[in-house]
Amino acid sequence: MTTTIASQAAPPPPADLPRKKRKEDRAPREGGLASLLLSPTFVVLLLVILYPLLSALYQSLFAAESGLDADGFVVEGESFVGLGNYLDIFAGAESGRFYNALWNTTFFTFVTVGLETVIGVAFAVAMNRAFRGRAFLRAAILIPWAIPTAVSGLLWRWIFQSNGIANDLLNTQILWTAEGFAAQAAVFIAEIWKTAPFIGLLVLAGMQLIPEEVYEAAKLDGANAWKQFVSITLPLVRPALLVAVLFRLLDALRMFDLPFVLIGPRKTSVETLSILAWDESNQLQYGAASAFAIILLVYVAVIAFVFIRVLGADVIGDADARAEKKAARAQKKAARAEKESAR
Amino acid sequence: MMQRRRDRRIAVGLALTAAAAITLTACSGSGSGASTPAADAELEGRGPIQYVSSPDASGAAQATIDAWNAEHPDEQVTWVELPLDADQQRQQMVQNAQVEGDAYSVLNLDVVWTSEFAANRWITALPEDTLPVDELVPATVEAASYRDTLYGAPYYTDGALLYSRTDLLTAAGITEAPTTWAEMQEDCASVLALPEAAGMSCYAGQFDKNEGLTVNFSEAVASAGGELFDADGNPTVDTPEAKTALEFLVDGFESGMIPRDAITFQEEQGRQAFQEGKLVFLRNWPYIYKSLSATDGSSSVAGKFGVSAIPGEDGPGVSTLGGRNIAISSFAENKATALDFIAFFTNREQEEARLALSSRAPVFPEFFEDEAVTANYPYLPTLLTSLENAQPRPKVVAYGATTAAIQDEIYAALTGEKTPDAALADLQTKLTDVTKG
Repeated sequence: MTTTIASQAAPPPPADLPRKKRKEDRAPREGGLASLLLSPTFVVLLLVILYPLLSALYQSLFAAESGLDADGFVVEGESFVGLGNYLDIFAGAESGRFYNALWNTTFFTFVTVGLETVIGVAFAVAMNRAFRGRAFLRAAILIPWAIPTAVSGLLWRWIFQSNGIANDLLNTQILWTAEGFAAQAAVFIAEIWKTAPFIGLLVLAGMQLIPEEVYEAAKLDGANAWKQFVSITLPLVRPALLVAVLFRLLDALRMFDLPFVLIGPRKTSVETLSILAWDESNQLQYGAASAFAIILLVYVAVIAFVFIRVLGADVIGDADARAEKKAARAQKKAARAEKESAR
Repeated sequence: MMQRRRDRRIAVGLALTAAAAITLTACSGSGSGASTPAADAELEGRGPIQYVSSPDASGAAQATIDAWNAEHPDEQVTWVELPLDADQQRQQMVQNAQVEGDAYSVLNLDVVWTSEFAANRWITALPEDTLPVDELVPATVEAASYRDTLYGAPYYTDGALLYSRTDLLTAAGITEAPTTWAEMQEDCASVLALPEAAGMSCYAGQFDKNEGLTVNFSEAVASAGGELFDADGNPTVDTPEAKTALEFLVDGFESGMIPRDAITFQEEQGRQAFQEGKLVFLRNWPYIYKSLSATDGSSSVAGKFGVSAIPGEDGPGVSTLGGRNIAISSFAENKATALDFIAFFTNREQEEARLALSSRAPVFPEFFEDEAVTANYPYLPTLLTSLENAQPRPKVVAYGATTAAIQDEIYAALTGEKTPDAALADLQTKLTDVTKG
């Protein structure tokens, strides 16, 4: 997927100043040396990314065939079925399960990432204020993110069981871990609890780079807190926020352990594409499992691509954009220095 | 269609690592005729071997291995510890078998995996004379066999028990635990009418969408006189007996005999509910006996409960058999040592020694009535009765797909999504597909 995005997202080489400058600075043999030094990395990437990917693609074209011989032993073979596995997934008898998982995956991703973003930004705003015990609050907010998902899944399962804390507090008898919307809500709550801090921290990092003077100037102009947030904070943390959201998006699309541990496998209302792939491989249907994984991969790639195109998140951080930024930062720094010396 | 013979000894690791870091590992299938392991003829070779199993907190298995190692300095056994989760254990053993690895010699298998491992030739048939099969609980031998051939040595066993609140039954003037479903319902009605039973429910088992549901459903079917598969391995779930069984459960939920939240119960949730005094009857495994009788204040039912065989349609019900077998991997080296080791591991003396350390039920019937043993584990005589009737869970090769189909359809019926008739008809279709291969 890296290659897809890179090739799609890389803009045509602009003939601007920073790029030219960089070219002039660089000795002619430097490029050759760089590729030589980087080649082990490429070999490793080839082995750990490209090979398994191609292998999965290849595997997804086969289906396990098994029957029993007269003595009850498995006669096993694999037959080439071409796109048969994919056809089965999209139009076969069990395709309903796939569409349900696709819908769940999408629904979970957009709802959780949406709510996480709002809550995460609110966290960041709270943490950005200077107050006593801020470091403590930051550490506390980080804890949910530090707990392994499977463990937090168990933790929430305990909270959500029929005589658990959730029902005690709400004084209800909701069966959170059965099926239906309550199960989905349980997944949302646990997922947001876990990952909103992640967005909060990335956004906080972005906020701390915003110079204080900008806010002071805005205050002088009479902008209220909301106006400051919308016109200064949001636009300036946008790059950090978009990266955070993109990471969460990619992560949420392959959501597996939380619904699996919290609600359980094969529960229709929380079954995601990853769980479906796991289920197939658990039944030794590696062809179908690979096909599911490839479909998920393509789906993730498409969503990431659309996100980057539409919102322009600078995730790849290609060299030109970085150089531009560097130049802009240098300029800003110079301006600030000038301002300071003028004072 | 092209048939690919896969005799290559490679595992095609399938690790999808994208920028999104999707990871899925699996292996390509193997195990074709080219590598067919022969049966007893090949049980030779001596030397160090590996015992592969989940961790054993009681230390009982380790004590047996230490005893063996002390006697056999040239044939040492090392323990390969797998995760506690049964699915993960199975997956690692299957992967090892698919790459035909010799790192695992002796496998500790859940009884329901026997057919799958035997039919795939991942484990080796055992010569009958190595084990005292006639002296073991018959159901455990049955569960270690595939098509009348013994593939594993029964290690420990497990069966269902009905836990009842004897204090409340006595208060309602009932002296005997119920043996039929109808009696259980009558007893419930009398007990729940008592003032001290306010807020209680009648009965629960394991009804979450999980292996426990398969266990409870197959028990209900067997207890109504039916079976999930006939002798030839064809599914028989669209029958009057299966319908009686399913309706017992569905009506139980509807009438409130089974509390509504029991649909989320696995073993532990049911134990908690019973332990907190919320249930009159509970179907569960023997392992909860210890926590129920805890006298440290954690159990509100200590000394107030009894155990009996589970009830059925017209008389005592039929338990599902749990437990573990020890088998030899077909790809192991030093199989002669492995064979000696499993005979040693499961012999009478070792089973007896282990009983002192672990509460696992032994496979020799005499221990169930040994007073020295039953003083510690008073439920054992009842468990033996339960085991004498017990049935293994469906003995099919594709057990994973079978249990998944059962869980899907029965859960749908219990939650009211499907009528019992529709669920059973659909289950019949699915199981026919699964057994066809």
